[in-house]
Amino acid sequence: MHKKIPKNKEISKIIFKKGELVKEVEEISGENLFGCYQCGTCSSGCPYIDDMDLTPDEVIRYIILDRKEVLNSKTLWLCSACFTCAERCPRDINITKIMEALRQIILRRKIDYSNTRKTTKKEREKIPQIAFVSLFRKNIG
Amino acid sequence: MKLLYFPGCTLKTSAKNLEKSANAIMEKLSHELKEMDDWVCCGVVSSLSDDDLMRHLAPLRSLIHVEDQGEDKVITLCDMCCNTLKQTNLRVKEKPDDLETLNAFMDKENDYKGTVNVYHFLEFLRDEVGFSKLKQMVKNPLKGIRIMPYYGCMMLRPREVAIDDAEDPQIFNDLLDALGAEIVDNPFKIECCGSYHTIENKDIVSKRAHHITNYAFERNADAIILSCPLCRFNLDVRGKEAELMFKGYKQIPIYYYTQLIAIALGIDPEICGFDDHAVDPNLLLKKKGVYKI
Ligand code: SF4
Ligand code: SF4
Repeated sequence: MHKKIPKNKEISKIIFKKGELVKEVEEISGENLFGCYQCGTCSSGCPYIDDMDLTPDEVIRYIILDRKEVLNSKTLWLCSACFTCAERCPRDINITKIMEALRQIILRRKIDYSNTRKTTKKEREKIPQIAFVSLFRKNIG
Repeated sequence: MKLLYFPGCTLKTSAKNLEKSANAIMEKLSHELKEMDDWVCCGVVSSLSDDDLMRHLAPLRSLIHVEDQGEDKVITLCDMCCNTLKQTNLRVKEKPDDLETLNAFMDKENDYKGTVNVYHFLEFLRDEVGFSKLKQMVKNPLKGIRIMPYYGCMMLRPREVAIDDAEDPQIFNDLLDALGAEIVDNPFKIECCGSYHTIENKDIVSKRAHHITNYAFERNADAIILSCPLCRFNLDVRGKEAELMFKGYKQIPIYYYTQLIAIALGIDPEICGFDDHAVDPNLLLKKKGVYKI
């Protein structure tokens, strides 16, 4: 498991003591990550799998192994909270909530992940409002 | 029957045609969707953090306003609003302590008593009107049109707030049966359309739209039926853009279920606001002789 995950300067500055990452994820999500037996069901149904650097089951493993670079993974921001993985996990682990917890760990440290200013006026006028509110909630906080 | 209705932001802006066609159906059925007073934006995506109650305030406010208006039922048209309102409603009903905290936080509102039930309009048509009733009222059957049902996420997941089976929903099949259409069932009907990535990650959404629609395209489907305004935008607009990415690919027209019901019931197609779509939905209906303009 040595994947190349591009580093984000600000995110890389977040400091965790040993074991703190998994603790914070569990606190925010209310999920027990250690129940995961790495079957990969979550990843097999994820609609964004082709574009992810870490698959959802790898994300879980990285957190358990205290590998903080998981916070730099684009997987967190590709996940659109479609609930497919949560619906199918045989161990009843809500991965959707774990992805949210990882985003929250970053957002709560005042680092956001959006650049809507680049969206053209024409696009802004036709994209449904629900898309904007979702994006702001997921990527800004 | 007058039913209280929660519109949400999108129904008042980019999905006016969804609202108009739903209103027209209700009129035909001698019912009325009455827009509730003092609705506020639902927040669109339900909070997934256990320790963050604040995100439940907005949906809860609207639920309180439903109670204030003396009703115990509220109808939504937008899948995302419906999901968010249902999830907050469920959370406060299951966790009285959370409700107490939320009630204590709000000073202008009355306390929420937990009496409201949230319905998707499609759920209402199935359970209270009945598709058999719609079938009896059909004037322009959708005969010979091959339609692929598409559900997306928010109507089906999480399971606790789903309006149908989370893995193999049938509600659109039953509706299309009643309207006289042919059904092209498919495994991608429950996959995400790309959602809000449509703003900053357009190409990924075009890929999603192609992935979902191509299955229908290859099986000679003529159109797709769906419910959510964001799914409509992504499959229709980003799907059209996908034609430039995938050689030989052609986006097929997308209809809201309310538009197809309205057409089948003989309501004036003007109501459907087809001009807002990227792929013209009129052509197919004319070609198949459903109506003539
Ligand atoms: S589906 Fe559940 S048990 Fe299987 S790898 Fe994913 S989280 Fe682990
Ligand atoms: S909720 Fe996120 S991680 Fe899970 S299947 Fe959907 S997009 Fe993938």
